[in-house]
Amino acid sequence: MAPLLLVSVFVIATCGLVYELVAGTLASYLLGDSVTQFSTVIGAYLSAMGIGSWLSRYVRRNLVGVFAQVEILVGALGGGSAALLFLLFERVEMFRIVLYADVLAVGILVGIEIPLLLRILKDRFEFSDLVSRVFTFDYAGALFASILFPLLLVPHLGLIQTGFLFGMLNVMVAVWLLFTWPDIPGARPQRGLALAVLLALLAGFIHAEDITGTAEAATYPGKVIHAQSTPYQRIVLTRSGQDLRLYLNGNLQFSSLDEYRYHEALVHPLMASLAQPKRVLIIGGGDGLALREILKYTSVQQVVMVDLDPAMTKLFASNPLLTALNHDALASPKLHIVNRDAFVWLRDAAAAGEPAFDAVLIDLPDPSNYSIGKLYSLTFYRALHDLLKAESRIVVQSTSPLVARKTYWCVADTLAAAGYQVTPYHTYVPSFGEWGFLLAGQRPWRAPGHYPTGLRFVNAEETANMLHFPADMAYVEGGVQRLDNQLLVRHFDEEWSAYQNAW
Amino acid sequence: MNRRHWLTSAAGLAGAAAAGVWLHRAPETVPGELLGADHALGHRLRGGTFPAPSETLTTDVLVVGGGIAGLAAGLRLRDASADFLLAELEEEVGGNSRSGANAISAYPWGAHYVPLPTKESVEVRRLFERLGVITGYDPAGLPVYDDYMLCADPDERLYLHGRWQDGLVPLLGVGANERAEYQRFFDHMAAYKALRGKDGRRAFSIPIDTSSGDPELRALDRLSFRAWLDREGYQGEHLRWLLDYSCRDDYGAGLDHVSAWAGIHYFASRNGRASNAEHDTVLTWAAGNGWLVDKLRTAIADHVRTRALAIRVKDGERPTVDLYLPDENRVVRVRARAVVLAVPRFVAKRLLHGGRFATNDQGFEYSPWLVANLSLDHLPSGPGADLAWDNVVYGSAMLGYVVSTHQSLAMRPKQTVITWYWPLDHLPPAAARQQALGRSTEEWKHLIQTEVLHLHPELKGAIRRIDLRLWGHAMIRPRPGFIWGEARQQALRQHPPIFFAHSDMAGISIFEEAYTFGVKAAEGVLDHLGLRV
Ligand SMILES: Cc1cc2nc3c(=O)[nH]c(=O)nc-3n(C[C@H](O)[C@H](O)[C@H](O)COP(=O)(O)OP(=O)(O)OC[C@H]3O[C@@H](n4cnc5c(N)ncnc54)[C@H](O)[C@@H]3O)c2cc1C
Repeated sequence: MAPLLLVSVFVIATCGLVYELVAGTLASYLLGDSVTQFSTVIGAYLSAMGIGSWLSRYVRRNLVGVFAQVEILVGALGGGSAALLFLLFERVEMFRIVLYADVLAVGILVGIEIPLLLRILKDRFEFSDLVSRVFTFDYAGALFASILFPLLLVPHLGLIQTGFLFGMLNVMVAVWLLFTWPDIPGARPQRGLALAVLLALLAGFIHAEDITGTAEAATYPGKVIHAQSTPYQRIVLTRSGQDLRLYLNGNLQFSSLDEYRYHEALVHPLMASLAQPKRVLIIGGGDGLALREILKYTSVQQVVMVDLDPAMTKLFASNPLLTALNHDALASPKLHIVNRDAFVWLRDAAAAGEPAFDAVLIDLPDPSNYSIGKLYSLTFYRALHDLLKAESRIVVQSTSPLVARKTYWCVADTLAAAGYQVTPYHTYVPSFGEWGFLLAGQRPWRAPGHYPTGLRFVNAEETANMLHFPADMAYVEGGVQRLDNQLLVRHFDEEWSAYQNAW
Repeated sequence: MNRRHWLTSAAGLAGAAAAGVWLHRAPETVPGELLGADHALGHRLRGGTFPAPSETLTTDVLVVGGGIAGLAAGLRLRDASADFLLAELEEEVGGNSRSGANAISAYPWGAHYVPLPTKESVEVRRLFERLGVITGYDPAGLPVYDDYMLCADPDERLYLHGRWQDGLVPLLGVGANERAEYQRFFDHMAAYKALRGKDGRRAFSIPIDTSSGDPELRALDRLSFRAWLDREGYQGEHLRWLLDYSCRDDYGAGLDHVSAWAGIHYFASRNGRASNAEHDTVLTWAAGNGWLVDKLRTAIADHVRTRALAIRVKDGERPTVDLYLPDENRVVRVRARAVVLAVPRFVAKRLLHGGRFATNDQGFEYSPWLVANLSLDHLPSGPGADLAWDNVVYGSAMLGYVVSTHQSLAMRPKQTVITWYWPLDHLPPAAARQQALGRSTEEWKHLIQTEVLHLHPELKGAIRRIDLRLWGHAMIRPRPGFIWGEARQQALRQHPPIFFAHSDMAGISIFEEAYTFGVKAAEGVLDHLGLRV
């Protein structure tokens, strides 16, 4: 019996570390900033274990019974915590409090386990022998868990199922004890409880899919590797295989597999058409991907990036996966980041005599609401004149001319009404579909004779393709987006909902 | 994991828990104060005693009252380089168009918009050109307005059957019959808009005195708007609500208390157009018409004396006005060559004693209003249509609210101030005024908070302040017979060197009237003094 109990140390240790890893991973998934989250969770967990060890001294009688109870509790709480945290994430205002309460509770219970076991076994082994055996199993279990977790558990089971699985293991230790250990006071009702918890965990394990289904994280095709709510938006980063995707408020912003098509098409027809672009303005584009392309022009001396959300620029300047993607563009000494509302900044900058820009790239989310609609308005494009010279040029990402034809041409009409000569073009981006852009300037745009070397998609031939609009995307009158009519937002809403309903 | 990090997060955790408990127990009472015309001073004017004048000043012109009319007169006098002073009893000028401001936004205390001025509003257009509200004219001659001042879309939404809908014309659950009636009514109004009287003038115009004198049209002034709706067979409940709402919004009184002429005027007078906006777009600013007040005040700042209450006006070739300065508790006598009384008629009547003519305020009835400004930690939302500039509640005693940050260029302001409008027309004006004066600040706040939270449960805990202002005599009522009746005709008569200027002389209280009366009075003064070039 006693040797078997030593094996249970192994199980307990594995479970304990798995709970810790699950909580740490969840915290960095859901709250972002993995280093901080991980280390805070682990710190909290370790200190809770200390509290647990200390509390174990107050257990005087019925050591085995109490140990079994602790196992049931740890199993239920630790095993269900991943599911619980996922479900509560969207609903609870102070998610952090719930998270840390959970971590503390599980940590305390896990902390009680080993000292109790030591005391249960102290009469059956010699002390030094006992300590060495228990700790051997303990460390072995921890090692086992730390290898298993990233290689097998997370990829194959996911966090929620992993949680339930190890919860069941914990409870099974209790079941085994309650059914085999002689003379545990009150063993009968506890057996019932243990079995009920076991069944509940099993049900959770089987229905884990449904639980994740209701949780936000599962609404994304890939695995969520970063999620963060800022005052402005919800930033979610997913990964599946080589594909890294960014979602803002649930809308896809790019896929790492084909973003080069989008960003080359956005940047180069504009930049390569300018003689010696020196000062560049990017409105939006906090992911640094357009910037990566811009920095291919050695004439560029300064880039001002106006992106509302500091969390975006911070994330894309620090996360190694993302800095690899944007070639660390956000660290460029030529870059000046302004985390302000673009329209407000524009008016202030113009009033303060900001020198003119040679190129302006407007890479904003689609005009899906009245707030963002302001940045597509006649007034905005007119205000932009103050920061331009006669030869300066603008490019605007302007949604899909195929899905939202009127929307696209409405942006074109608006630019024209603001006094620009407009050149429409489009390209195919697999993860987006047909995508549209608009070039605008005081003078007509002429296709560049050559492009920087090393581009993967854009070249002179491709440019000619991009300028051609087949009949189903050809010009329709879109009208002018004004602040007082928000025509564009109405078009967008109409066209995209028709498209979505059609599927 | 370093220790400090752990400690700070633990402290943060404890702090957050404490904050959670505290927020949960946050007291029900929200801070805020009740402002209003200085009632004590007002009362003193009626019967009180004042010290004897301790000083005499001389000026060519004294303007009494710094509302829109007084400021307009001041600006006109300044343009003519006249020597003048403007005395305003409150600590700030602006009257019913005043505004306030806090860390979140500027916000209106009363008037909050001006429709696109009509062709006939010559003075207002001139002002708007001068202030850059009108930036130019297109080849067709239509004014181009400053984009930032045109009310941004969405401008209006209506709360009906538990949902918000776009626009103010009730549509949710309104049947075909009633919709057909809307159409008939709006066609009817369009016809009135195009109509000219036998004298060739527009049937309904702004300024009101540019309207046709055609007796057939003026006859509409003798019946109530409700009687007219009965006569014309407009029965639909929703149309009637809309019209009642419109009258309460503009006149502070409903269908029974305004004339059919005034009711129709609301819909048929506004023919202003813009090159760069729909004809029904309005001009608005975060501070409401307080923005205009500020521009006017700045232009004449050296001439303005605030906290100066006119207590007595002596008519004569060289009229004198006694000004009481409450902060110094003394009276200054101003000897002028002309006086502009830019105050409501009931005040003018109290000021003027004896003299060549009688000042009568019979027939001048004013609606009281309560305006509440609520500072919020987040924008209101609600099911259905998105938050608009003007958010109206179907069937409510309070009208609804205007969002001060609506014109903000920021994508989504985090905090805002909303201005809640409540015409106190459930009782006759005098009784409503008395009841209102009897209510404590806490009672007002409670009434407002109840309405707000009923409409916007999501604002629970997000209301930072409720500041209130009670306007005892907010708006002249165009009661049946008033606009084209004898009392107003008499009030329009000027008695040089005493001139009158106030929106109540129009019978409807709107910016265009106040401004035009102010300019006209000043021109009368300049003519009288021979200063007009
Ligand atoms: C709640 C509310 C909402 C409104 N909304 C709109 C709107 O959206 N659009 C619009 O066009 N109009 C609106 N109005 C109408 C508004 O009243 C007019 O636009 C305009 O402000 C009237 O100006 P006035 O100069 O005629 O009068 P007042 O504003 O009454 O000015 C009179 C001035 O005289 C001062 N005064 C009085 N007695 C004395 C004295 N004895 N000595 C010295 N000074 C004195 C007063 O303090 C005041 O400043 C609204 C009014 C209210 C109350």
